[in-house]
Amino acid sequence: MLQSLLLVRRFEEKVEELFIVKGALIGPSHLYLGLEAIAVGAMSALSHDDLIVTTYRGHGHALAKGVPAKLCMAELFGKENGNCKGLGGSMHVAIYPKVGSLYATAIVGSGIPIAAGVGLGLKQRKSKNIAATFFGDGACNTGAFHEGTNLIAVWKLPVLLFCENNQYAMSTPVKRAVSSPSIAERGRSYGIETIVADGNDVISVYLAAKTAAERARSKSEPTFIECVTYKTKGHGVYDKGEYRPKEEVEKWLARDPVVTFKKKLLDSKTMTQSEIDTVEETVKNEIEESVAFAMQGSVLPFNTIQDYVYAEE
Amino acid sequence: MRELTYADALREGLREEMLRDPSVILLGEEIGVFQGVYKVTRGLLEEFGPERVRDTPISEAAIAGAAVGLALTGFKPVAEIMYMDFMPICMDQLATQAAKMRFMSGGQLKVPLVLRTQYSLGRQHGSQHSQFTPAWFLQVPGLKIVLPSNPYDAKGLLKSAIRDSNPVLFLESGLLYRTKGPVPEEEYTIPLGQAEVKRKGDDITILGISRQVGEALTAATKLEQTGISAEVIDIRTLQPLDLKTIVESVKRTSRLIIASDDVKTGGVGAEISASVSENAFGYLDAPIARVACPDTPIPFSPPLEQLYMPNADKIVETAKAIMGQ
Repeated sequence: MLQSLLLVRRFEEKVEELFIVKGALIGPSHLYLGLEAIAVGAMSALSHDDLIVTTYRGHGHALAKGVPAKLCMAELFGKENGNCKGLGGSMHVAIYPKVGSLYATAIVGSGIPIAAGVGLGLKQRKSKNIAATFFGDGACNTGAFHEGTNLIAVWKLPVLLFCENNQYAMSTPVKRAVSSPSIAERGRSYGIETIVADGNDVISVYLAAKTAAERARSKSEPTFIECVTYKTKGHGVYDKGEYRPKEEVEKWLARDPVVTFKKKLLDSKTMTQSEIDTVEETVKNEIEESVAFAMQGSVLPFNTIQDYVYAEE
Repeated sequence: MRELTYADALREGLREEMLRDPSVILLGEEIGVFQGVYKVTRGLLEEFGPERVRDTPISEAAIAGAAVGLALTGFKPVAEIMYMDFMPICMDQLATQAAKMRFMSGGQLKVPLVLRTQYSLGRQHGSQHSQFTPAWFLQVPGLKIVLPSNPYDAKGLLKSAIRDSNPVLFLESGLLYRTKGPVPEEEYTIPLGQAEVKRKGDDITILGISRQVGEALTAATKLEQTGISAEVIDIRTLQPLDLKTIVESVKRTSRLIIASDDVKTGGVGAEISASVSENAFGYLDAPIARVACPDTPIPFSPPLEQLYMPNADKIVETAKAIMGQ
């Protein structure tokens, strides 16, 4: 868990550096900083062949599900050696079905109906695997959220709905956009078992996900999990998030999911500082290697992009 | 040869593919217990059961989205959207999700799904239940678009669409459901991307789209009486478009009319016209003409709707004007 948390954190820090400081990356990129505990906690409860449908804020889900960091980094660089050959980019980096990271959409809310279909497909073939989908608080106000969640509920599909409530849809705070007292209430209104997890606590998310995954596997029933959290940075890599009150940011930074988990490991004597340092070192090396791998990759020849539009028979 | 209605030919195509391939699943509003608003799915729930013939809530985005998810997990969903007017509700799932998945994933994903829908122009359904808007979907690389004009094609093209590895938008004409035509008992399919020359002619080419193929054939018969020899081509699929067959015909006849039930501005006729100009400009003896609907919403009033719709007489008038008669 710690290694996975650190991998996501350090990867995103490197991405931010490559964008802002070095100008080596361009385009929109939606960082997962501050949300790490959700992807890591959730994936810890899922198996390799469980299928996830996530979003444009998907670097964390990709890494936690097992997409190799070097493929992700190369994809962010738009290189042919990225998992989507550079045709997807940051917003679709979590597309790597080989490890069950099935799809990542850049349209808010649209992953939920797709997850319904994935859940139906798994249920129909009596698979032991389940589906999970991740979306933000903003997605809860889309029609696709309603249609998809209702279908998942009415057909009793083995789908875990993880709402990453990071308090802001771009700059719009939840309280100005969501009419119900809480997002969890929306989940319950569909008759779906709903859990509220501390999205900054990897153990809290893991336990919720574990309960939900067991219910999905044994009874083919969905669970709605509201993970309450906070984006450390703004909406996209260039957004400084200045619309947020300073005290609010400080309050949440004090609850940083990586720092607090490390402290917990030390306090409980589960790990020593030097063991943690070793993990940090391993992660650091992996990320340096991923950047080198991305840099040496070439760009897909333009005259071949047509080949990716249609599948042959 | 035996005759079947367009609706029954479609039903037979669905049934045969469901028998052939257990991964074919149907989903949509009112397709099971109610057997489909146009009875295209009649008897299929009884034969294949509720897991393979799934009634859905009125949730077009979820129907299309669920079809996408099923396709990603190895099924071959055939989803029905009751009216083409409801397509914008699931446009994101079809155009922005399904059609781009293979490309954006660098070839990792495959989305073999069929989305069937129909347009009811000519059935007094008013502005919001009659629209024919295929051009919207021409701006979506990754999607195939199929438009059968008769029962034989309806079955053969549907079978090919189901076997295709890509998302296919299958556009039926509501006005054709009860029309009959020859459909052989034995198995056949029609490849996507092959237009059909329905009638040979020398003076002018009339390109028919969906229901307008029948109108074009009627027009050709009438034109023959005035000494004009018209060639009629059924486009069959818009994407891929069999430009070769169209261009070859235009090179011989030097004149082209495109007849379609969509509104004229920015319609499919505009796109085909541009492509023909790019490929056969030097062969044309007259400007390419479009017989399409006027640029207004569709009027309900039955007499007004009749005036609004393209038909054989309008094609005849246009052809005569081009020929200087």
